Amino acid sequence: MTADNEKKGASRRAFLKGAVAAGGAVAGAGMARAAEPDPLITEVQEWASGLGEGVDATPYGMPIQYESDVIRRNVEWLTADTISSINFTPIHALDGTITPQGCAFERHHSGAIELKKEDYRLMINGLVDKPMIFTYADLERFPRENHVYFCECAANTGMEWAGAQLNGAQFTHGMIHNMEYSGVSLRTLLTEAGMETTGDLSDKWVYVEGADASSNGRSIPMDKALDDVLVAFKANGEALRKEHGYPVRLVVPGWEGNMWVKWLRRIEVMDGPVESREETSKYTDTLEDGTSRKWTWVMDAKSVVTSPSPQSPITHGPGPLVITGLAWSGQGKITRVDVSTDGGMNWQQARLAMEGQTKALTRFYLEIDWDGSEMLLQSRAHDETGYVQPTKDALREVRGENSIYHNNCIQTWWVKENGEAENVEVS
Amino acid sequence: MSKSLKLYTALGVASAALMTGAYNFADRSIAPMPLDAPRLSAESVSPDMMFIAAARAQEAADAKRIGLGREALPEEIAAWDVDVRPDGSGLPEGSGSVMDGEELFVDYCAVCHGDFAEGVDNWPSLAGGDDTLADEDPVKTVGSYWPYLSTAWDYVHRSMPFGAAQTLSADETYAIVAYILYSNYLVDDDFVLTKDNFLEVEMPNADGFIVDDRPETEYGRFSEEPCMENCKDSVEITMHATILDVTPDEQAEADAAEAMEEANADTSADEQIEAMTETEEPAAESEAAAEPEAAEPAALDMALVEKGEGVFRQCKACHQVGEGATNRVGPQLNGIVGHPMGAIDGFRYSKTLEGMGEEGMVWSEENLAAFLEDPRGYVKGTKMSFNGLRKDEDIDAVIEYLKSFSQ
Repeated sequence: MTADNEKKGASRRAFLKGAVAAGGAVAGAGMARAAEPDPLITEVQEWASGLGEGVDATPYGMPIQYESDVIRRNVEWLTADTISSINFTPIHALDGTITPQGCAFERHHSGAIELKKEDYRLMINGLVDKPMIFTYADLERFPRENHVYFCECAANTGMEWAGAQLNGAQFTHGMIHNMEYSGVSLRTLLTEAGMETTGDLSDKWVYVEGADASSNGRSIPMDKALDDVLVAFKANGEALRKEHGYPVRLVVPGWEGNMWVKWLRRIEVMDGPVESREETSKYTDTLEDGTSRKWTWVMDAKSVVTSPSPQSPITHGPGPLVITGLAWSGQGKITRVDVSTDGGMNWQQARLAMEGQTKALTRFYLEIDWDGSEMLLQSRAHDETGYVQPTKDALREVRGENSIYHNNCIQTWWVKENGEAENVEVS
Repeated sequence: MSKSLKLYTALGVASAALMTGAYNFADRSIAPMPLDAPRLSAESVSPDMMFIAAARAQEAADAKRIGLGREALPEEIAAWDVDVRPDGSGLPEGSGSVMDGEELFVDYCAVCHGDFAEGVDNWPSLAGGDDTLADEDPVKTVGSYWPYLSTAWDYVHRSMPFGAAQTLSADETYAIVAYILYSNYLVDDDFVLTKDNFLEVEMPNADGFIVDDRPETEYGRFSEEPCMENCKDSVEITMHATILDVTPDEQAEADAAEAMEEANADTSADEQIEAMTETEEPAAESEAAAEPEAAEPAALDMALVEKGEGVFRQCKACHQVGEGATNRVGPQLNGIVGHPMGAIDGFRYSKTLEGMGEEGMVWSEENLAAFLEDPRGYVKGTKMSFNGLRKDEDIDAVIEYLKSFSQ
């Protein structure tokens, strides 16, 4: 029976739910003397006597079966078809800041294609000295850089504009991942094509597009293109996954994920933006009076408590509790995160696990002695520009309720006495 | 002369034309250009000097080059550089009428976007929504929202139809875009869109956009030192996500994922299908099976089923089949082979198809084949806006695939 249960890693949530009740019963018993010796200790267990799996049982390792609930998830009703859709990173179940590729959210407009390195070509054309073609092998011969950056879809938290809707940090904030990229700076490649004849660079743009059917073309101002944009072919040390643009994707630090073109095939230097579908009909932000903002590229400072949260309830009852979450800013480094347990009435500074890194996720912790009473958990990010993550009401005051993208509001989890949590809005 | 010649010969990669020009110029040059001469602004230099400046720029560019890759050929650039910009640059010669566009739209687009571009299910609607942008739920279509017509042309041409991108000719694209304009009441039914009149079309929301103004409207007000203590008098919960209850059920989803995983353990479709049709499998296996009951075990050609699964991708946007299949744009197709026509529970058929069913017609393999070859020819007035399968082998395969879901 247990083997069956363990196989169904999925039942972990059910297990957690059971544990909530059990945890309540042993509340405060943490330091108490155990009534019975623990058979897991006093009896020789099978794993302590027999043998485990040999090497090469899994030439490429996957997470152990007990972690099979830590997966990307889709919200079916959001889109018409999974081919042009999005799923969500299980941020509620991860720690640290690096997102493993296998559970990092996916967003496709025409499905994840399979493009071999041998078949890969990158064209640079337009207002350059010489239009160029690079193969994958060429790219590997340019000087390389390594950087950790977050990639957040502009629509992350978009479903929460009108009100609390999805019950879980994965669904409200999971359109984000954070990886270490290896690649060549776009500046290096543009220099290779030459921009001596391009003229004044300050009013120039690059148009970037992918090799898939959607092409997902986006226009990027030259300032940004020459600043920190990366043409990446490795993430977290290994090749990009198919779903993230294998073999080559663009990394546009701090800017909305839609611009991080996957299966990058062409870069054109231009004297103006293309105004493609992805930068006019989509990824624009309609304000209350019906006018819309365009070119809203930067992802502003944002944070969320990942645990406790609806998918990660408190299972141990009152006593020591680790509150943890993620913070990030497309403008630079996170300098401070405040956490409130009473819905924003009072705040205290959380501890940053590491000093904030520019345009990358920062992990924060707040260790408290939970008295078992209900909490309204919030977090509030500050970045190096002095920007402070706003409340949802403050955002709505400026933008109205018809926005979809760029919702970086403060999130509230209502943690109940039994440790379960729910997505709520507060006054 | 010798000095300036030396300057030019240093340009190893300069084009032959440039080299010829350089020689001609150098021969007539009056004074050699010192190598360390400052760059001059364009207005104040003679053509001679500009030429030298350009050549020096080339030299500077070369110095920065690593020397990887190769020059792109004009044919290659023409193949990939197809973007069309708001000023119409990039548009190829061609034209297309609303009338032609309507036919093409019904064939290629209506399956998702609806006959009148109104959108089916969650697929985007392309028409309507006038004056709704300030409403509670704005309807953003090509007519109500898109600021530039070039965007529609560019996108249709390079990314549509969904699943068959880059198959439309320039004329077809002009026609489809003309029809989209017509369905938005922006042009009359006798309109013909061409490269030449392209910029004359007025897009209603052309002036509806402003450049990101967050630095002015938000960054100041969101950069104040925030309150840390006693920031509010009271806190009330004003909304619960659980009331809406739209969060996916993880348990059910994970079970399904696990079932899929098990079913996919041996990825060949044959084995999956076999697992589904065999009744005496161990418990763990049959749990994964979608429909464990026997399905005429002898009849199926597994290779053909597998091929049919591929062909069925064209149908998937509208039809579901297999465990948990429900009616969507089209009816669910479990057990469709041999089923009376127009009779899947809960689906609203065209009158024709309903009538055929009432006359006792069933979806025999022969009837299905005839329908799939020419849907609108076989069932006049069918709601299925699919053009039909051209290859007999595809038709056979998809029928075999559907047979594997017999009930």
